[in-house]
Amino acid sequence: MFMFRLLLKNAFRHKLRTLLTMVGLVVAISAFGLLRTIVDAWYAGVEGSSSTRLITRSNISLTFALPLNYIQRLRAVEGVTQVSWSNWFGGVYITERNFFPQFAVDPATYLPLYPEYKIDEAQKLAFLRDRQGVLVGRKLADKFGWKLGDPIPLRGTIYPGTWTFTLRAIWDGADAKTDESQLLMHWSYLNESVRQRAPGRADAVGVYILGIDEPNNAAMVSQRVDKLFANSLAETMTETEAAFQLSFVSMSEAILVAVQAVSLIIVMIIMAVMANTMTMTARERLAEYATLKALGFSPGFVVRLLFGESLLIAAIGGVAGLLLTIPLAAAFRSAVGTLFPVFQVSTLTMALQLAAALGVGAVAAAWPAWRMSRIDIVAGLRHVG
Amino acid sequence: MAAVPFSYIARNLWVRRVTTALTAGGMALVVYVFATVLMMSEGIRSTLVATGQPDNVMVLRKGANAEINSGIERRQANILSTLPGVAADAQGRPLISAEPVVLISLPKRSNGKPSNVTVRGTSELGLQLRPGARIVEGRMFRPGTSEIVVGQATAAGFAGIDIGASLRFAGREWLIVGRIDAGRSGFDSEIWGDAEQMLQAFRRQAYSIVVFRLTEPGLFEATQALIDADPRLALEAKPEVRFYAEQSEALATFINILGLSLAVIFSIGAVVGAMITMFAAVASRIGEIGTLRALGFRRGAVLAAFMAESLLLSAVGGVLGLAAASVMQTVNVSTTNFQTFAELAFKFVLTPQIAVQALVFALAMGVVGGFIPAWRAARLEIVECLRAA
Amino acid sequence: MTALIRISHLSKGYVRGGQAIPVLLDIDLEVARGEFIALMGPSGSGKSTLLNLIAGIDKPSAGTIAIDGVDIAGLSEGELADWRAANVGFIFQFYNLLPVLSAFDNVELPLLLTNLSSRERHDRVAAMLGLVGLTDRADHYPSELSGGQQQRVAIARALVTDPVLIVADEPTGDLDRTTGEEVLSLLDQLVHELGKTIVMVTHDPKAAARAGRMVHLEKGVLVDEVPETIRGA
Repeated sequence: MFMFRLLLKNAFRHKLRTLLTMVGLVVAISAFGLLRTIVDAWYAGVEGSSSTRLITRSNISLTFALPLNYIQRLRAVEGVTQVSWSNWFGGVYITERNFFPQFAVDPATYLPLYPEYKIDEAQKLAFLRDRQGVLVGRKLADKFGWKLGDPIPLRGTIYPGTWTFTLRAIWDGADAKTDESQLLMHWSYLNESVRQRAPGRADAVGVYILGIDEPNNAAMVSQRVDKLFANSLAETMTETEAAFQLSFVSMSEAILVAVQAVSLIIVMIIMAVMANTMTMTARERLAEYATLKALGFSPGFVVRLLFGESLLIAAIGGVAGLLLTIPLAAAFRSAVGTLFPVFQVSTLTMALQLAAALGVGAVAAAWPAWRMSRIDIVAGLRHVG
Repeated sequence: MAAVPFSYIARNLWVRRVTTALTAGGMALVVYVFATVLMMSEGIRSTLVATGQPDNVMVLRKGANAEINSGIERRQANILSTLPGVAADAQGRPLISAEPVVLISLPKRSNGKPSNVTVRGTSELGLQLRPGARIVEGRMFRPGTSEIVVGQATAAGFAGIDIGASLRFAGREWLIVGRIDAGRSGFDSEIWGDAEQMLQAFRRQAYSIVVFRLTEPGLFEATQALIDADPRLALEAKPEVRFYAEQSEALATFINILGLSLAVIFSIGAVVGAMITMFAAVASRIGEIGTLRALGFRRGAVLAAFMAESLLLSAVGGVLGLAAASVMQTVNVSTTNFQTFAELAFKFVLTPQIAVQALVFALAMGVVGGFIPAWRAARLEIVECLRAA
Repeated sequence: MTALIRISHLSKGYVRGGQAIPVLLDIDLEVARGEFIALMGPSGSGKSTLLNLIAGIDKPSAGTIAIDGVDIAGLSEGELADWRAANVGFIFQFYNLLPVLSAFDNVELPLLLTNLSSRERHDRVAAMLGLVGLTDRADHYPSELSGGQQQRVAIARALVTDPVLIVADEPTGDLDRTTGEEVLSLLDQLVHELGKTIVMVTHDPKAAARAGRMVHLEKGVLVDEVPETIRGA
């Protein structure tokens, strides 16, 4: 206990310097945590994917449609328990800044594939009955303040024109990982309109979603599906939902790598700052440490003092930084909104933050401590600080 | 007011090399991030701006915000070719190209992961419409065949794209016969083939876009008015330069916001480091401050001396950070542009403006970090200093 | 000899923690031009404070200090700085040289506060270094000089602006006997050959012996002056 009090008092001898070092630590650790959380959020789609869902898309690229008449053959594939489909609508709600994902789906087959969307029965029925109705996630509804029955106009970019829908149902995610930022409309409604305006483009599906019986069979079933349609006019590529989500992430890989590199850089910056502080501290205390040695304290004691002080400052700064990350993340999320459907500070991130802080504390003290342990008593005592 | 000699200021930084290095190093890292971000968005911007010609006009379907979302029917394309402002080439053919644009998925050379590449159906007229693009290896594809040419960034960034190799997509084998250098514009990231062949292979009836050249750029407004007025065309015309500028906006803005907010956060850390260093510098030289003041140097001279020290420190950090950032110019980056959904290759571009901004940022950090310590140093009383020495 | 320094009713006190602490009480003192005077006394007697006031680096609470006709107690901070630059040379116990400047640059420092050209400054510095016998050490840094050499550089610095008054605070305090003697001889030279007036604070009896006059302080007041004739045994 004496040791702890000694460390605490020593750390705050030079209040301004210690305070400044802590400010630097808090900023760095919370920025590190925020960046990690952003990277996590990018991968959140992957986290939220189910191991019993496969995505089948055109082999050429995601921007090519698949024919509607694949349904029968897909249902017949061994291992497939449910077949549904979805088209990316890509509409604009008022301005481009209000971006959120919109899909045209076949609710009867789609909703059973997504049991994690919890919907009130009455609302679900209302949605199923109204072909111009839409089903949205809770976070999305909250963001725009939508209530059941509200009209939702969307300006089509892929499907031109102004489309008006009515909000009929809202889903709540089964857990924190579930996406609640999407809007789902009736595919049949979209298809009919397309058939009227541009008949050649009708009966085209964006992706098929397949439910499978056993997660372990994912690779096999995928291969079966693709073999089925090989050498046809519209070849397919089937993969697990996780792989599908990952392919989106990898598109922005360059940026993600940069963000991760940057979060390392920030830890390095603060390490430099802290090393600077501890070096100065050690230099000033030369005479004191020499005195302690002269009095009979072991070199190890002096080293422990220095490390202890550094780790104490780092620990306090690190914890404060960690605590600051939480409101920071909340503020970031509300600013960025539906761009990241899931935005949570993970426990791993918090653990890493603490580890980074303590790591910085240890490294910063290493060189000064090494020098202190070797200090010649006489030289140290003579040193006029 | 006499100033404390510069050699005093500079040598003091040298004498405490470790501290100077650590502090300047921290600042250098911040300036590196700051400059690199600016260079990245400048690189994206200049790539896409280079893609546009001042006298070309892009026509898309109304409401489409990207080439792949747009559709223009044949008869609409024909109507456009009869517009009065359209220029003609040497053979008297109207300089207009109706092009289907699609995305195909290819594995990247760097990590084998698939990414979307733009495939554009065009023609020899299309090549003429983009004077910045030239065939540098091989030849242009022959019309009516399954031959294709590839942009140099695509050739470099994706696997299996060499002249003589074949790419398989849309149920056909396409022979690569040439490589294009498009002057670091967006076309460097594309694959071009015969427009009609592409329509057939992808079973499309409609083109994606139409691009044509005006006899003179001043005719744009009149031509746009004609297009808007025609009820048979539900189309939107834009100067090509503006179109491509808009295509990069979202990505460039995102990078700017993310990067600059990071740089600001980091700068707090660096400024803290500078402040700690300067406080320590003042503390260790209290005796010297007292001596200088006793000799007759004013408080202002002391303030200026420590501010100069802080500025010199940050200038060193700034130059180092900028030097590191300029190395990034040798790096080729590519990422998916959110708006076009396709891969875009670009470089980091360092302009004199960015260099100045980076250095000013560094000096600003020096001012903020050094001011309070310098102020405190100037406020000291002579006898206090001499006693504490 | 005419009086260079005329101190009248000089008082100095501090306020610490609400308490008024007197350091100097109603001092009257005259120092003639060309005098070498030693201020002595136990620690806490106020001798250093008196020296600081005479040097113009501290301000009195009450009273006047007229130096060469100028009452420095009435000068503003900026005026005092200018006055010091022109009229006072400092010699400190620990030399107070700037460690990052060479001997030459250290001596040049006070000249930067004048309007002399670079050439003129160079000549003056060279002359002063020659006077103290350190011409061959001009490019050395303080860390490369012995204590005695550093003090001589300090003396050169103190002389370079040709000030009328030299103020010395324990000039031999950090030196061994031989070196101390050398420095004191140099100080003698300044008085007898250059006509400088020196006010010195010292504990060292050898140093005090060199001074023409010893002034004692105790608890902030002047006590018996020991005139030259009686002292000296």
